[in-house]
Amino acid sequence: MAYKRHTDRLPIIPADAKEQNVTCHYCIVGCGYKAYTWPLNKQGGTAPSENKFGEDLSQQQFQDAEAWYTSSMYNIVKQDGKDVHLVVKPDVDCVVNSGLGSIRGARMAENRPSKVTGTQQQRLTDPMVWRNGVWQPTSWDDAMDLVARVTARVVTEGSEDDLVVSMFDHGGSAGGYENTWGTGKLYFESMKVKNCRIHNRPAYNSEVHSTRDMGVGELNYAYEDYTLTDTIFMVGANSMETQTNLYLNHMVPGLQGGAKMVVVDPRRTLTVHSSEQFAGAENVLHLAINEGTDMALFNAILTHIVDNGWGDADFIANSTFLDGEAVAQDSAVPAGLGSLEYAMQTCRTSLDEAADICGVSAVDIQKAAEWIAMPHDDGSRRKCVTCYEKGIIWGNDNYRTIGALVNIALATGNVGREGGGVCRLGGHQEGYYRPNEGHVGRPAEYVDQFLIRGLGGVHHIWACDHYKTTLNAAEFKRVHKRRSDMVKDAIDAAAGGTREQMVDAIVGAINAGGLFVVDVDIIHSQIGQNAHVILPACESNEMNLTSMNGERRMRLSEKYMDPYGNSKPDCLIAAEMAQNMERVLRDMGEDAYADQFKGYDWETEEDAFMDGYNAGNPEVTYDRLRAMGNNGVQEPVAGFENGELVGTKRLYADGTFDRHGRDDKKALFCAAGWRGWQAAGKAREQAAHKFWINNVRANIFWQNQFLDQKNEFIQDRFPYPFIEMNPDDMVEMDVNPGDLIEIVNDNGATTGMAYPTSSSKRNQVAMVFGSPAGSQGNVVNPGVNELVLPDYKHCWGDIRKLSHATAETAAISFKSKEVQL
Amino acid sequence: MKCNRMVDAGRRQFLRGGIVGAAGAAAATVLPAGQAKAQGLARVDYPSNRLANIADLVVNEPMDIEYPDADSPGILIKLGETVEGGAGPDGDIVAYSVLCPHKGWMLSYNAGDKTLNCPGHHSRFDCEAGGQQTWGHATNNLPQFALRIDDQGDIHAEGVDELIYGRLSNVLES
Repeated sequence: MAYKRHTDRLPIIPADAKEQNVTCHYCIVGCGYKAYTWPLNKQGGTAPSENKFGEDLSQQQFQDAEAWYTSSMYNIVKQDGKDVHLVVKPDVDCVVNSGLGSIRGARMAENRPSKVTGTQQQRLTDPMVWRNGVWQPTSWDDAMDLVARVTARVVTEGSEDDLVVSMFDHGGSAGGYENTWGTGKLYFESMKVKNCRIHNRPAYNSEVHSTRDMGVGELNYAYEDYTLTDTIFMVGANSMETQTNLYLNHMVPGLQGGAKMVVVDPRRTLTVHSSEQFAGAENVLHLAINEGTDMALFNAILTHIVDNGWGDADFIANSTFLDGEAVAQDSAVPAGLGSLEYAMQTCRTSLDEAADICGVSAVDIQKAAEWIAMPHDDGSRRKCVTCYEKGIIWGNDNYRTIGALVNIALATGNVGREGGGVCRLGGHQEGYYRPNEGHVGRPAEYVDQFLIRGLGGVHHIWACDHYKTTLNAAEFKRVHKRRSDMVKDAIDAAAGGTREQMVDAIVGAINAGGLFVVDVDIIHSQIGQNAHVILPACESNEMNLTSMNGERRMRLSEKYMDPYGNSKPDCLIAAEMAQNMERVLRDMGEDAYADQFKGYDWETEEDAFMDGYNAGNPEVTYDRLRAMGNNGVQEPVAGFENGELVGTKRLYADGTFDRHGRDDKKALFCAAGWRGWQAAGKAREQAAHKFWINNVRANIFWQNQFLDQKNEFIQDRFPYPFIEMNPDDMVEMDVNPGDLIEIVNDNGATTGMAYPTSSSKRNQVAMVFGSPAGSQGNVVNPGVNELVLPDYKHCWGDIRKLSHATAETAAISFKSKEVQL
Repeated sequence: MKCNRMVDAGRRQFLRGGIVGAAGAAAATVLPAGQAKAQGLARVDYPSNRLANIADLVVNEPMDIEYPDADSPGILIKLGETVEGGAGPDGDIVAYSVLCPHKGWMLSYNAGDKTLNCPGHHSRFDCEAGGQQTWGHATNNLPQFALRIDDQGDIHAEGVDELIYGRLSNVLES
C-alpha cells in the first residue's frame, strides 16, 4: 500500500515571507527554486493580498500553477536560531526549468534536517571520535586536535604520500566553488598530496581526458541548443531520468519542434520511450548496440560522413589541425591526436564492419549518419547536438570512445554554433576551483589499489562513500575495514591514556599496517563505519554555495537555514584543519612546514569564495551573483556592464579551441582505434557468466541515496535496489516480482530485487547503482583504462534467487515504468 | 474508456462548511481581547458525497467523479480483483484524484495495466497499489479517496489521503 503523508492542508506563504534563491543541489541541470521562510506563528491567507502569489487560494489552481506546492516542499527549519516555516518550490521564472520540479528537487524541503518535524535525523550534529569502543560526540577542538596530531606525525615521519585523500570535486550538495577551494587549498597548496581520488572514481583525474586533449571542453553549449537543432544525438545517457528538466524543458520542445533523435544505448531506456511519444516513433532511432561497442559505431558513422562529403569543409580547414599527427600516443595519451586525415587512417570502419561488432543493422547505422550530418534538401548543413554521459564515460575504452564521438562533432562543425555542441550531460553540478593539481601526475595513482596494497597511513575522506560507489568494492571494503580496525583496536587498548599516548598508539598501529580514517560528511556513512574521527559538514542552503550547471550557468544558492547542530561548511572545516595543522606542526618544531598552513582566516564561506574563485575571477562576487538571481550568468564571465555580469552563451563561438592549451588553437581529431575490451579481465568475465549486469540510474534516487535512505516516500517505492530483468529469464529461474536475488562473480556478490521489465533483453539485467541495500560495485572488477578511468558498466555475473518477496517488496508496484497514453 | 456520469455533489455539506466559516469570523470580532479561540478543527472537515451505486460500475471501466467538490476530478473504478484498501464486497472498488500531483495535468486511465498516466511529463500511478507512482516526477503518490458503501450499495467518498493538486487545503476554504 503506497505511502501517503495524509496532509490535508498546508500553511499558506504570507505576502511578506522572505524569498531566497535556490539552485537545486542535486543534478547538474541545477533547476531554479525559491525558498520562502516566515515566522512560525504567522501565516498567509487565501485572499490575494494575504499570500505571496497574489492569488485567490480559495479557488482551485489549475495546471502548471505557480501558487501550488505540496507537502514534500514544506518543512520547519531553524533560521538564525529560530524555528521558521519553509517552502522550497520550483521557480517559474528560471530559464533552466521554467517552474518544473523533479522528483529529487521537489523534495529538498522535506529532506532538510528538522528537530520539529523529525526529518533527516540521520544528519550529523557534532564531531565524533572513536573512544572506548564506540563513537562519542565531542567538541570541534578535541576532534581536530586528534586529526592534526596524527596527520602531522604521519606526514613528517614519512611523507605527504602517506596521506590518502578522497574528496568530492563537484558543485551542488556540499561541493561548490567554496568547498572545492577549501579542500584544494589544504591538500594542493599547503600540502602536495598526490595519493588522492575523487568521489566516484579511484584516482584524481578527468572523466573526459580525450575531449580536453582535442581542445574541446566538455560543457560547451547552451541548453537552448536542444531547441535550435535538427538532431539530438544522445549516447550512453538517459536524460528523462537523470537530467529530468533538461529533457522536459529543452529536449522535448526540440523534439516537438521537429528535431530527430538518435539514442545509442544497449538498453531501451525511458528516454527512448518518452521521446517516441513526444516526437513520433518514426523520428527516434534507437541503436541498441552490444554493450561496450560504441567506438566502432562512431567510427562507422564518421567514415560514412567523410566518404559522402557531409563534413564541414570550412570548419575543418579553419578550426582543426591539418598537418598529420600532432600528439603521439604514449603512456599518458591512449590514442594519437591530429588531423582528420590522420585520424581516419585509424578510425576508418565500414558500415558492415560496425554492424557486425555492434549488433545493429548497417541500414540503421547509415540512417544515424544521415540524421546527424546529411545536408538538407536545399543543401544547407544539418545541425546536430551531441550529448553523452556515463554509458561511455564509465564504459569501455573511455579515452578513445569519447574521442571517436567528438570526432563526429568536429567533422561536422557542430561545436560553438547554435543547435550544436558536443557535451557531457553530467552528474552533479560543477563547482571546481582548486590550485593546480599537476603534481598528481598523469596517469594518476590508482588510490584504491594503493590502499589495498597496504600503503598510506591516514585516510581523509570528504563526502565520499566508496562502500557504495567504487569498483572492486567487495575487496576494497574488506581491506579498508581490516586496516582501520587495527587502529580502533589500538585506540581501545590505549583507553585512559594521555593525548600523546593515544597518538603514539595510533601511529604504532599505522606503522603495523593500520589506517587512521577521518570522515567528513553530513551523515554517518557506510565507509564512516571505519572512521576514527567523524566531522559533521553542512550542505547547500545551510550555507551559501556557488556552482555551475551543465551549460556553465553559475548561481549563488542562498543560505536559508542554519547548519544542523554544530555542523559546518566543508571549506571552514578545511580551514580549521589547516589551522590545527599549523599549530601542531609548530609545537613539533616544524616551523617552515607550519608556515605553509597560513592563510585560512576565513569566518564565512564567502571569505573562502573571495580567497579562491574571486581571486581568479575578480568580477564575480556574492552580491553580483545574488542580483543575477536564479538565471545567474554563464561562465566564463566576460565582464560587468550596466549592473550585470556578462556571460558566455556557448564556448568556441569564434572557431578557436584552447582546452588542450595549444598555441595554434586548432582542434585535434582522435585516432580512435577499436581494440575490443580495453580493461583487464572484461573479456574473460563476459565469457564466464550468463548475465550482463548493466549499472544504471533512476530518477527517484539522488546518487547513493545518502538522504533518500531516510525518506519514506522513496524507500516505500524501492526498499531494495531494483534489478530490471526480462520476464522470460525470471520465469526460467522461478523468480517472481520482488524476489530478492543475488548476483555473483569472482569479484564478489550483491543483492537486489527483481523488477520484471519486458523491454530488457534476455540475459541482460540493469541494476540501480549505489544503493545502501546492495552495492553494484561489489561485482565490478578492478579494470580501468590507461588513465585509471573505471569501466563500471561492464560486469557479468550469475544470478540466483535468495528469497521470496518480503512483506515490503510484495506490496509495491511492479508495472512497466513506460507511460501508456 | 471513460464514462461521463454525473455524481451527487454533496452541496449541502459544502454550504454548511461555508456557513461555519462565516459564523466563526463574526464571532472573532466580538470576543474581548485576550480571549481568542481557535477557529475550525485540526483537520479539514471532509464531506460525505455519494458518488454512485455499486450497480453502476462495470469492471475496469472508470467512472468520472468529482470529490470533494466539482473542481477536483477523479475516477471511481471497480478493478475486478481484490486490492489492499479496496471497498465493496469484492474489495476491489477504489477512487483516485486524476490531477497529476506533479503539475496538475489530467491523468488518463490505461485499462491494460490499470494505471493512470500523465500526458504532460509521463508520470504513471498504479491503481492496484494505492496510487503508488510507478514512475514519474511527482513527490506524492496519487491522492486516494476513502470510500464507504452503505446498505443500498451507494458508494460515498469521505476523505482524501494526500494533498490534491492545485489546492493548499483539500476542502477549499475562503
